Amino acid sequence: MSGDTHATPGSRLNMAPNLADSDDFYDELLRAHEGASDEQSEAFNARLILILCNHIGDRQVIREALAVARAAAPAPDTSDR
Amino acid sequence: MVDVRYDTAFKLYPYAKVGAQSRPAHDRHPVVVVGGGPVGMALALDLGRKGTPVLVLDDHDGVGQGSRAICFARRTLEIVDRLGCGRAMRDKGVVWNVGRVFHGKDTVFEFNLSAEQGFANPAFINLQQPYFERFLVEQIRREQARGAPIEIRGGNQVSSVQQRDDHVAVRIDTADGPYALEADWLIACDGARSPTRSMLGLGFDGRVFEDNFLIADVKMTADFPTERWFWFEPPFKDAGQSALLHKQPDDIWRIDFQLGWDIDREAELSPERIRARVDAMLGDDVDYELEWTSIYTFQCRRMRTFRHQRVIFAGDSAHQVSPFGARGANSGIHDVDNLGWKLDLVCRDQAPHALLDSYAAEREYGADENILNSTRATDFLTPKSAVSKRFRDAVLQLARHAEFARPLINSGRLSVPCVYEASPLNGPDELDGPPRTRVGSACADVALPGGHLLERLGDRFSLLGIDAEVPATIDDEGIRADGLSLSSTDDPSGALAERYLGRAASAVYLIRPDQHVAGRWLHYDAGAVRAALRTATGRAVAA
Repeated sequence: MSGDTHATPGSRLNMAPNLADSDDFYDELLRAHEGASDEQSEAFNARLILILCNHIGDRQVIREALAVARAAAPAPDTSDR
Repeated sequence: MVDVRYDTAFKLYPYAKVGAQSRPAHDRHPVVVVGGGPVGMALALDLGRKGTPVLVLDDHDGVGQGSRAICFARRTLEIVDRLGCGRAMRDKGVVWNVGRVFHGKDTVFEFNLSAEQGFANPAFINLQQPYFERFLVEQIRREQARGAPIEIRGGNQVSSVQQRDDHVAVRIDTADGPYALEADWLIACDGARSPTRSMLGLGFDGRVFEDNFLIADVKMTADFPTERWFWFEPPFKDAGQSALLHKQPDDIWRIDFQLGWDIDREAELSPERIRARVDAMLGDDVDYELEWTSIYTFQCRRMRTFRHQRVIFAGDSAHQVSPFGARGANSGIHDVDNLGWKLDLVCRDQAPHALLDSYAAEREYGADENILNSTRATDFLTPKSAVSKRFRDAVLQLARHAEFARPLINSGRLSVPCVYEASPLNGPDELDGPPRTRVGSACADVALPGGHLLERLGDRFSLLGIDAEVPATIDDEGIRADGLSLSSTDDPSGALAERYLGRAASAVYLIRPDQHVAGRWLHYDAGAVRAALRTATGRAVAA
């Protein structure tokens, strides 16, 4: 991808760094899960995904994000693709 | 021998011996309908009113017991209006417009279907299926008295169906022994377990859903509003994963509990156990009688094709969906709407047999749409994996706080007529008009001074001109289209212009006998309309 902001030509998903303070963001994300059981965390993530997808509101961007997330899975998990 | 599979609620067509049973020669009938349920009777009524002779064979003497299908949607009511018995349905039915969805004790979503005005029919009525069938048969009796060529033979069980080159050979069992007849066309309206389908060795593929639902119809005088109430994770004891409460005529309330997959069917159907569930839902102080109870499972599936030479499948025999969305009986009536006029034209030799392939193509498309909607609703109601349950619960949790999550809640997407996109019968769409009346869609009703639009369109081809001149009638090889000229000022509410003109200054619509749009233009052009009429009747000359 060598510095290209988008995964493929015509893509609308921003793949370049886009968060002002990445360490701060990451910390905030982890802290949101603090004290939660695995189950509570999974439920939290499901809610968060729905909120963010609605905010994005662009089906193509979401479709591309799903594809990127799927492709980034470790090798054994990608064999069924 | 004729098997008795169920008790009848109304005895409407008791077995009576007919002359054909004693004659050695086999009578030939243009159309034989197998199965006198809502789909078979509606088809017989449609054909008979058009003057095409039709014989209905049913193995019982009337309408089966049990409320079964209870929600009839606007398009179905428009179709039975066209068949002459809409008023009887509306007068008896319970009109409802509002649906409320609860999660536990709290309302998380509600919808109101009455926002749009100008329709002769409400968005929905609830009516027990036996009434729906009875009103169809009563209308058949009225049409018979006026000379419509419809015959119903009760106590006639079809025992064999065989395709021949130019007809279908049918053998029938009766209390007086077997007899045989021939049909130019046999229409199998014999339900989800269609014996006709089995006799022809045809498959019925799809998805089975591993869940059981308990229906308890209870009779009580209660002051709940006439709304569709649906609970996810109901707050009352042992109600299962979801529950439904819905009013029917005669003070009957439909209650539905989602019980899950591993249940003891017999035990769950015991009146004590059902009463315990209902008591928990309604409160101990409510008096009621159990009217009808049943446990059902369901599948989403359809036949690969609905036409097999001279045998055509309609209704549940051709396709099945889950009940969420009321897409079962309603879609069967849509099948009839689509098939009736085509079969009539073919029987009159005014259209080629290939027109019947368009029935299959259009209604298979419709069935796929219904299966898609009902499968999605079912996936929401009964999540199939841990992660789908996780997302489902997330939607329900968010819906209490966030407006965006409410439309994601799916307790059934209610039946609407299918738009026949890309149908071989579709003509040109040359109007910058509203999408809702695009080519392939069912016409939207509008209140007009001389009666509602759909009533004025009736059940033959129409040529609708709005602020555009159209001839009083056109005739193409005996197929007629009647002109209806309207002005957008005829409807002061503006709905006519909104639903049929959009941005266009004028419009000409060619409308099929099932009130679906076959083509639309800005102005009338005799050649273009004639070509579209040929296309819509399967008579277009191949290029």
